[in-house]
Amino acid sequence: MKVPDKKENKKIKRSLFLIIVLIYFIFVFYSCIFNISSGREIGTNLLSFLSSMSKILPCAFILIGLFEVWVPRERVEKYLGYQGGLRGHIWAIILAGTMAGGLLVALPVSSALYHKGARPSAIFTFLGASAIVRIPMTLFEASFLGAEFTIIRWTVSIPLIIISSIFLEKYFTKEQFEIK
Amino acid sequence: MWFIYVTGVLLLLSFFFDSNKSKKALILAYRRFIFIFPSFLIMLILVSIILFLFPQERIISYLNKGSYIVNIMLAALVGSITAVPGFIVFPLAGILKANGIPYTIIAAFTTTLMMVGTITFPVEVTYLGKRIALIRNVISFIIALIVALVVGLYFGEVIL
Repeated sequence: MKVPDKKENKKIKRSLFLIIVLIYFIFVFYSCIFNISSGREIGTNLLSFLSSMSKILPCAFILIGLFEVWVPRERVEKYLGYQGGLRGHIWAIILAGTMAGGLLVALPVSSALYHKGARPSAIFTFLGASAIVRIPMTLFEASFLGAEFTIIRWTVSIPLIIISSIFLEKYFTKEQFEIK
Repeated sequence: MWFIYVTGVLLLLSFFFDSNKSKKALILAYRRFIFIFPSFLIMLILVSIILFLFPQERIISYLNKGSYIVNIMLAALVGSITAVPGFIVFPLAGILKANGIPYTIIAAFTTTLMMVGTITFPVEVTYLGKRIALIRNVISFIIALIVALVVGLYFGEVIL
């Protein structure tokens, strides 16, 4: 009984998705023809975001692919796996700090890490850290808001991220969730 | 631009050592991209609409109204839902600071902006599932508020 229900649900979701996307693009398209400012602005926003993403994302996915075929599972397990302990979190933070692209790149990376045997808490730390410790962004922040500002932000948020990741992992394993 | 070169060099090296493995890597990359594409499209649509609804000038005006506490909450909320790239955020934060807006409010704005991903949420749900994605973002929101509070304490704006 439940299986066809789910299938039906998926079908509905899929058609809803297509309808939304279609309405959106028709609206933007018509706006460009009939010069409706709101739709045109939305269209320009889309293009500018798309162009900045199209520079980063293909590279990110190719690098992830290379990572998946070249880096042995044992290495990931050693640094980010269950025997890593607190060191695993530190590696996760270092990895996040040196990455470009933010959460949008960090998410597929974390999926690849998960399938190579990284433990969930290290992955949650990695995801959290990818939003707060990225080196180029941090330098930028410090130059506009002062180094003290950045130092406070790091020293407050990093321990909290690690602690919350440990708890989130407990919940994650208890509920038998998985990362796709 | 540097990461395009890095990717290119690594890909060439990979093909030099093992072309079969490299082909496999490209197939994996393609599959991963197809997997996330629908959520990515939804995200793009969200971004374009949200950027339209919350342009830069309006963000600044939101942070000027109301009382101190209200401003902090507003800054955190605006920071959570908007998407402003890093190279715009910090100069913007610099302008806010020059306009005399307290550090606490700037911190609430920039940290939620960095940590809470309303716009990337559809993508995050596809990888982590609804529940984990939601919890993660709520935790991030709370951490961002704590950061803002400590920043306020440090600069003597928040007195306990």
